[in-house]
Amino acid sequence: MLAVARRILDDAELAQDCVPDSFISALQKLDTFEGRSTLKTWLHRIVVNAALMKLPSRRRANEQTIDNLLPESDSNDCRLEAPWQTTESPDHLFERNETAGLVREKINELPETYRIVLMLRDIEELSTRDVAELLEITRTTVKVRLHRPRAALKTLIEPMLRGER
Amino acid sequence: MMRHLPLMITCVEFENFVIDYLEGRLSARERRRFEIHLWFCRECREYLAAYQGAREMTRRAVVQGEPELPDVPEDLIKAVLAARSPG
Repeated sequence: MLAVARRILDDAELAQDCVPDSFISALQKLDTFEGRSTLKTWLHRIVVNAALMKLPSRRRANEQTIDNLLPESDSNDCRLEAPWQTTESPDHLFERNETAGLVREKINELPETYRIVLMLRDIEELSTRDVAELLEITRTTVKVRLHRPRAALKTLIEPMLRGER
Repeated sequence: MMRHLPLMITCVEFENFVIDYLEGRLSARERRRFEIHLWFCRECREYLAAYQGAREMTRRAVVQGEPELPDVPEDLIKAVLAARSPG
């Protein structure tokens, strides 16, 4: 539970507060557990909810644009992508101790609006529908807020994948 | 850079299909159009490979070293279900 909260909040102290809140919430919502989903899935959803409630609103005020990290195209809508001469495999890259930390730094450069959707979809593996419900946004917005940070991270991680650092 | 054939999606339109393509949620017709584009377009092929590589790196960087949540014992689930039933 702590790991899930920490991933979403990116703040150890807030994440620790989240665990007892989640247990209280689980006890209060016990009636809603119908045994259709696994208890693990049900608890996971409760922790995610509790973590989202604790998301500091201050981070949203300072959000930077990621437009400069998104794919580029020419006037004919053709992608501009430098040829890939070599590609490092993730397995090989993760043999280096610093790789995970470098990638996490890049994730934390993302605006919170995007980082949250990326975490919920790609790390917590919630469906587009569940994320839309949790964040009270449309499914189309979820997809946009998932694709943009993925594309931005592709740009940010690209030097590693190309073996340039 | 590639020349777009009639009915072929552009690289910009390709972006709109990526998520659903990777999740297998495109209709047969959409998937065919996406894959035809992919077949002709070196830039989009390389972009997609790097996009997936970055996704894998993202996931591994976040979950690396974290314990997997254990499955909840069946007895506990029965106890929870029993506790919520009145009487």
